[in-house]
Amino acid sequence: MIYFDNSATTRPYEEVVQTFAAVSKQYFANPSSLHAKGGEAERLLNKARQNIAAYMDAEPSEIIFTSGGTEGNNIAIKGSAIENKERGMHLITTMTEHASVYETFNYLESIGFSVTYLNVNSNGQISLEELENSITDKTTLVSILHVNNETGAVQPVEEIGKILAAHPKIIYHVDHVQGVGKVPLDLKRAGIDLCTISGHKFHGLKGTGALYVRSGIRLSPLFTGGEQEGRIRAGTENVAGIVSLAKAMRMTLDEAKQKGSFLKEIHSYLYNSLSSVPGIAVNSPQTGAAPHILNFSIDGIKPEVFIHTLEEQQIYVSTRSACSSKKAGASRILLAMGIKDSLASSAIRISLSYENTMHEAEIVVETIKKAVKNLKEVMR
Amino acid sequence: MNYDHIVVRYGELSLKGKNRRHFESQLFETVKKKLKPFPALKAMKAFDRINIDLNGEDYSPVVKKLQEVFGIHAISLAVKSENDLEMIKAAALEAFRKANTGPGTFKISARRAYKHFPVGSQELNREVGAHILINTENITVDVHKPDIDVRIEVKENATYISCITFPGAGGLPVGVGGKAMLMLSGGIDSPVAGYLTLKRGVRIEGLHFHSPPFTSERAKQKVVDLTQELTRFGGKIKLHVVHFTEIQKIIKDKIPASYSMTIMRRVMLRIAEQIAEKNNAMAIANGENLGQVASQTMHSMYAINEVTNMPILRPVITMDKIEIVDIAQKIGTFDISIRPYEDCCTIFLPSAPKTKPKREKAIRFEQYIENLDELVARAVEQAETIFLDENKTTEEFSDLF
Repeated sequence: MIYFDNSATTRPYEEVVQTFAAVSKQYFANPSSLHAKGGEAERLLNKARQNIAAYMDAEPSEIIFTSGGTEGNNIAIKGSAIENKERGMHLITTMTEHASVYETFNYLESIGFSVTYLNVNSNGQISLEELENSITDKTTLVSILHVNNETGAVQPVEEIGKILAAHPKIIYHVDHVQGVGKVPLDLKRAGIDLCTISGHKFHGLKGTGALYVRSGIRLSPLFTGGEQEGRIRAGTENVAGIVSLAKAMRMTLDEAKQKGSFLKEIHSYLYNSLSSVPGIAVNSPQTGAAPHILNFSIDGIKPEVFIHTLEEQQIYVSTRSACSSKKAGASRILLAMGIKDSLASSAIRISLSYENTMHEAEIVVETIKKAVKNLKEVMR
Repeated sequence: MNYDHIVVRYGELSLKGKNRRHFESQLFETVKKKLKPFPALKAMKAFDRINIDLNGEDYSPVVKKLQEVFGIHAISLAVKSENDLEMIKAAALEAFRKANTGPGTFKISARRAYKHFPVGSQELNREVGAHILINTENITVDVHKPDIDVRIEVKENATYISCITFPGAGGLPVGVGGKAMLMLSGGIDSPVAGYLTLKRGVRIEGLHFHSPPFTSERAKQKVVDLTQELTRFGGKIKLHVVHFTEIQKIIKDKIPASYSMTIMRRVMLRIAEQIAEKNNAMAIANGENLGQVASQTMHSMYAINEVTNMPILRPVITMDKIEIVDIAQKIGTFDISIRPYEDCCTIFLPSAPKTKPKREKAIRFEQYIENLDELVARAVEQAETIFLDENKTTEEFSDLF
């Protein structure tokens, strides 16, 4: 099996699953319980929080545990929009956000907020000038996707942070779900106030994630209830999931450090090989993009057909974002990059992790070449 | 080229005459311990500074660690160059470009400590300044308030060029000023008092009064965690935990409620004094602050302090609460201190403690506890000791992470 769909989800590390099981069995008590067993679970929870804070160069009190990317993005966006609605009801994001951000902004529009969706160029990047011109004195939030989940395009989050530094009242959220271990992010340098990450994108388990909330930023909670997670996210903590999240993050960052430019090498190989195949148009930007995502289109071939063709060889890739893949039609993200409709409707996404190898990439390239040739003949 | 060196400069130390060498070697030891997590780094002691060779490590975590070391005045990022004018000019330009982000002003502060170098300080200023002006745009010279001060120091073996300087923690190197026993309740003030005591070069040990089942394991854990935070500034710290339940019960039983707080504090101070003596500490430190709560009035202090001759350091005595909170947040103890567990000071708090207790009355009531000396001796004897070390955070659960 060759699994090239790591932006949809990754295979959890064996050690992460073991940690989850061990904590579930041995430290099952509620961390809020006053007895010693509760205290033990609480210490474990604190330790996980400390570790994750250290990996993100943050303070433990700045880490809120969530159930993943969708929840983190929802808490960040709705939480700050609603908390600050007396100050203003204008929000800024981009045309190429993940559905959990895009749809959240659509929802906020439906209840009276106004939203500016920034355009992107053919490299998938926003214009800093357009951002600057969009800011009004009613703007309270700017939300930016760091690494695009369909194309791997990387937004200039540090430059955006510099612009926003002149507007200290605007809250700056970055969706870093696809970036952990792949595209480094320095929260302090970029002046980020809120940052979403999700465990299952880096070999953790589904249902785990975290939101960085810079000290001093207030959010209106989505879940009201107990006093857990600084009252931003009520509900009994998923201690086993949280500890496994810390473990997955450590292992991923270690692996990234060890393997260095490994993904980049595979990515360049894929980019160069596929762009020379007649009939294939690579949609991901060639430079400045993330090293683990490659998006391309095969004009005239339905992506579903292509996915199933590769599947016969036990190669697993995606059509686009897993969260949007059941929708028919063209990719909203590719259209926003100015890619024509027929190509935007026939996009395939390859996404890598450190578990993949160059050998696998070679097999995939050969298989794709054959498949394109065969399918073209059939379709002719 | 990257910043490959860090230059650590001392503060007050240079004023300390004969003690200077002792102070410097103390500081060097602390710095070496602090850098243990970065085995690639090489620290070297020079005449008035410590030079750290980064050996390719990222500087920012290193600077962060060094900013926790008392006795350091400033931490500069430096580029090392050979003693050659052209190489110095090239290195200075690179260093400047790394530090500079847009239009702005600069100046060159050259110091030729190695007098055999043929180019003088003034000439270096001119030469390097001109080289930067020629090779950059929108940059001008301002010798009074420059945005970037390019410091060039020509030493015998090499020249160090630095443009970026971070403030150090100031104060004196921990260990040069004796040792104090810090009373830690778990509140916001006492860890700040510990931090400020350390800042004056005084080593500390912690002392906590634990009253199970009236106070929980978590209240004790809180103090352990606070002490762990203080190890970032104080190195290894011993924490003594005194089991105080028996004495508190007796106080509640025998002392009029309005004086129970005063007597409790007197007993605590006696125990603190003995534990301090036993561990060669010459002072007691605490987080007392004038006028905050019942026990912290001048009258109360007068009635309590009497039981010991040992100096009591009260670093936060004159501070406003908000100033204390600021420091607590800066040093990372605030979030731990506000965890909502009962501590021994609050649990037996009478509904109406005397804000103006009288010393004579306190002495008289205290005599109701006939075996007080024995109780104190036993508490001292049975105190539990926990050893905390910055580089050895709780090994607990490590197999799970």
